[in-house]
Amino acid sequence: MAEQQPNTNKPIKPFKLLGVVFGMFCFGFALVPLYDVICDVTGLNGKTGARYEVSEALEVDETRWVTVQFTTSNNADMPWEFVPTDVVLKVRPGEINETFFTAKNTTGQRMTAQAVPSVAPFYAAEYLHKTECFCFNQQVLEAGESIEMPLRFFVDAEIPERVSKLTLSYTLFNLPEVAANSL
Amino acid sequence: MLSKAIPWMRLSIGSFLLFSASVKADWEVNMTPGVTEVSQQVYDLHMIIFWICVAIGAVVFGIMFWSIFAHRKSLGVKPATFHESTLVEIIWTAVPFAILIGMAIPATSALIDAYDTAESEVDIKITGYQWKWHYDYLEEGVGFFSNLSTPADEINNLATKNENYLLEVDEPLVVPINKKIRFLVTANDVIHSWWVPEIAVKKDAIPGFVNEAWTIIPTPGIYRGQCAELCGKDHGFMPIVVEAKTQADYDVWLVDRKEAAAKERELRDKVWTLEGLMERGEKVYATNCAACHNADGSGIPPAFPALKGSAIATGPIEDHIKIVLDGKPGTYMAAFGPQLSPVELAAVITYERNAWGNSKGDFIQPIDIANMQAAE
Amino acid sequence: MSAVLESHGHDHHGPAKGLMRWVYTTNHKDIGTLYLWFSFIMFLVGGSMAMVIRAELFEPGLQIVQPEFFNQMTTMHGLIMVFGAVMPAFVGLANWLIPMMIGAPDMALPRMNNLSFWILPFAFALLLSTLFMDGGAPNFGWTFYAPLSTTYAPSTVTYFIFGVHIMGASSIMGAINIIATILNLRTPQMTLMKMPLFVWTWLITAYLLIAVMPVLAGVVTMMLMDIHFGTSFFSAAGGGDPVLFQHVFWFFGHPEVYIMILPAFGIVSQIIPTFSRKRLFGYTSMVYATSSIAFLSFIVWAHHMFTVGLPLAGELFFMYATMLIAVPTGVKVFNWVATMFKGAMTFETPMLFAVSFVVLFTIGGFSGLMLAIAPVDFQYHDTYFVVAHFHYVLVPGAIFGIFAAVYYWLPKWCGNMYDEKLGKLHFWLSFVGMNLTFFPMHFVGLAGMPRRIPDYALQFADFNQIASVGAFIFGATQWLFLFIVIKAIRNGKKATPEVWDNPEGLEWTIPSPAPYHTFTTPPDVK
Repeated sequence: MAEQQPNTNKPIKPFKLLGVVFGMFCFGFALVPLYDVICDVTGLNGKTGARYEVSEALEVDETRWVTVQFTTSNNADMPWEFVPTDVVLKVRPGEINETFFTAKNTTGQRMTAQAVPSVAPFYAAEYLHKTECFCFNQQVLEAGESIEMPLRFFVDAEIPERVSKLTLSYTLFNLPEVAANSL
Repeated sequence: MLSKAIPWMRLSIGSFLLFSASVKADWEVNMTPGVTEVSQQVYDLHMIIFWICVAIGAVVFGIMFWSIFAHRKSLGVKPATFHESTLVEIIWTAVPFAILIGMAIPATSALIDAYDTAESEVDIKITGYQWKWHYDYLEEGVGFFSNLSTPADEINNLATKNENYLLEVDEPLVVPINKKIRFLVTANDVIHSWWVPEIAVKKDAIPGFVNEAWTIIPTPGIYRGQCAELCGKDHGFMPIVVEAKTQADYDVWLVDRKEAAAKERELRDKVWTLEGLMERGEKVYATNCAACHNADGSGIPPAFPALKGSAIATGPIEDHIKIVLDGKPGTYMAAFGPQLSPVELAAVITYERNAWGNSKGDFIQPIDIANMQAAE
Repeated sequence: MSAVLESHGHDHHGPAKGLMRWVYTTNHKDIGTLYLWFSFIMFLVGGSMAMVIRAELFEPGLQIVQPEFFNQMTTMHGLIMVFGAVMPAFVGLANWLIPMMIGAPDMALPRMNNLSFWILPFAFALLLSTLFMDGGAPNFGWTFYAPLSTTYAPSTVTYFIFGVHIMGASSIMGAINIIATILNLRTPQMTLMKMPLFVWTWLITAYLLIAVMPVLAGVVTMMLMDIHFGTSFFSAAGGGDPVLFQHVFWFFGHPEVYIMILPAFGIVSQIIPTFSRKRLFGYTSMVYATSSIAFLSFIVWAHHMFTVGLPLAGELFFMYATMLIAVPTGVKVFNWVATMFKGAMTFETPMLFAVSFVVLFTIGGFSGLMLAIAPVDFQYHDTYFVVAHFHYVLVPGAIFGIFAAVYYWLPKWCGNMYDEKLGKLHFWLSFVGMNLTFFPMHFVGLAGMPRRIPDYALQFADFNQIASVGAFIFGATQWLFLFIVIKAIRNGKKATPEVWDNPEGLEWTIPSPAPYHTFTTPPDVK
């Protein structure tokens, strides 16, 4: 028979543990915006930002060139023609440039598309600013319709010396639910 | 007498070496040092870590096995009573920690090198598809698909497997030696991964995002790799072949490729016969469609419908064209309009409508396909 | 009936009669038994899938199954072994042993204990039934990366998600129960630092479980929403990112693999001292080492993602943190060896499994250290080198740990000794089979063979054939294990309360078989 000893147990209520469970479940979902915030702040996964508002006059760096390549891809369910007008441009940091992309709906029905940009190397993404981009909105094209879409951008003058070339890639996705809902 | 024997000796020694080389490859136990500076760095790092592990293992297991041998009850030993020592704990925490620091230094240096994609001379976009690769030479305007070229008969054990079984493609990625090549890796559908062991490049291909890798290959040669991320049923059947050529040979290849693209455009404009379309169509079908719909058109229902006797292949040609060009969203049927040329499209549609007893008798001209795609 | 003094007089009844006993039981011993039998059945089911895989990989070419079905086999094999065999087996051991080891009469929440078990057969019946549904079973790997597992998944993916939720709930409830039991119900004199190491490792494992299983629940919920409710967590089209899936999954996934090994560490830490006739070396250090491993397990997840395109700083951080885990793990190995050193060892079956655990798990640890080196991982990632690594830590790690535990404690559970000769045979056949299967995988992985492929280039053929032979040996041997267990239960030699030579622990102070209710009054601990 055990004598009366001071109980060395530090009791815990199981209820408290449920709190941990609930908290970690929420943490899992919190990882989603957290991931986006970290990527936005650091430009780490090549995602470029939203429309860039130019607040003051930009200083152009005349001492160097940055080569910007443009390339396009279609995602699996996207049959449109989608090509860049310029495959490569040499630009001065700080100078606003304009180029175009042509998209054509080669199918027999109206479709909605979303272009998603990605920059390589990813650490250059935070230095590529778009003042006007077709990727800001969804594109709706009727059957057979084609459109020339502008991209207005500049490379930040603060871009590190080691980046002399960067590639801006657009992937075009089909948004069938959006198209279905808009009919 | 000896002089007569020498050619025979040369032949037999030569063939023995060749034989043993290929046999040796079968029992390969180690990573390849590869052909680039980076791959050699990676290999060296791998060997250093390996030998450190062997050394630690030898010491630890040595002590253990000695103990198993010498400290057995059956030998009549009495067990000692020691059961703790702070000093010893500190030592065997600190020593491994120091060894790790020693490993981390060359590892860090190798990683920094592998990440340095700046100042490239050739840029190639690599896109992973289910289940093939697409190579796009940015700034050259050259692009093509690269499909597994091992015959289905070899895979299904109806023909002897050749030396490069599952590691051969119809169109290799051709690159020049001694130039810094930057790879931009992305995907069309699911995540794939582009891997060539001999240049120590492995990069995941993620739909909607572009990853970077680089290499400089000093030696002409053929280097083979495979997809390294589960991507669906034919993940094991989408290999990579890189062919490194001298600058001169590469330049010739590039010119040839551009001319071939121009020729394909010319072919689009001419009038084709049914037989011509069938002949071309069979090849296109084998490369692009047979993986899912089978060589005999039987498919793998329900995910991959049969084409033999199907409503689409024997119904109105407009619907058939539409599904080949635009795909069927929500299923595995991709949009082949952007992937194949008008000649290939016209040929494969014609083939599907007339093969395996479908015998519709109708066919479509490449120029009509091109006009459909261009129509307002 | 029992020679034990505890008797609370009024309603001392034995177990209920008939099959319904098992449905309604809230007794930790019964529930432990249910978990163990369930996990063994799942082990055989998952094992048969491995046999299909190895049969197909016996030779180059497609002989037995088509690639679509092969992908279902690899996926289901992983899911069943991880969630159906290893985890429930450890929970079963926890149920049987923890109350006895801490001098408690039962688990803290006996009815929740019953629920935790019974939802498992339901979940696995659901998961296994997908094999017979249109579209086939899940085929996207046990790691189910998006978008292969969302946009491109068969329709059965929804059942998969449901099954994962249920298994997760079972694990979470089990973990809560274990924490509550250990922290609330120890016999008063048993301070935390007097607990057996098996209890310690399970306490730490249980905290890991409640921390990360909810994250798994979160990620499969996100999948469900992407598939059915038009969200874009993992699709770039809607502003999401497939790599986000990998981050969230592996945030769960890495601690998960430690969840699958920590209890085995505890088991081995109980067995080696007994058969060395020497106390465990460095008890305090072992507790700290296990805690460090658990803590570090939260900050290394992206070492599963070295080829995904992480920024350099991130890649370096995860490389360093992963290498760091080798330190506390090494400390544990050294402590086990120091326990054996200058002991007086005998090598009964539990000791054979425990000693081979130390050797072979360490080999798995070495390949893990090699994998941690990020630039070299570019050559190892998604190859058979990884498959070799994790099978070395899981098979001679977790599974041998479980075998060792069963041999060690079965006489306590059922009152009879197992046949020692047959036990040793099971060990040697398993040891040979396991090594024959997985050692060659290091070679083919290094030589360039990727994972998850049903067919391979010719230079990989020879080692694959050896691996398949080893797998068949290993698989067949497990039927011998079943025979040994049943034979022991039915007509093994009677066991004493102590069973072994002066083992430490409260469970050896009660009769064998352990009475249905034990420690209804808290025992003394010196």
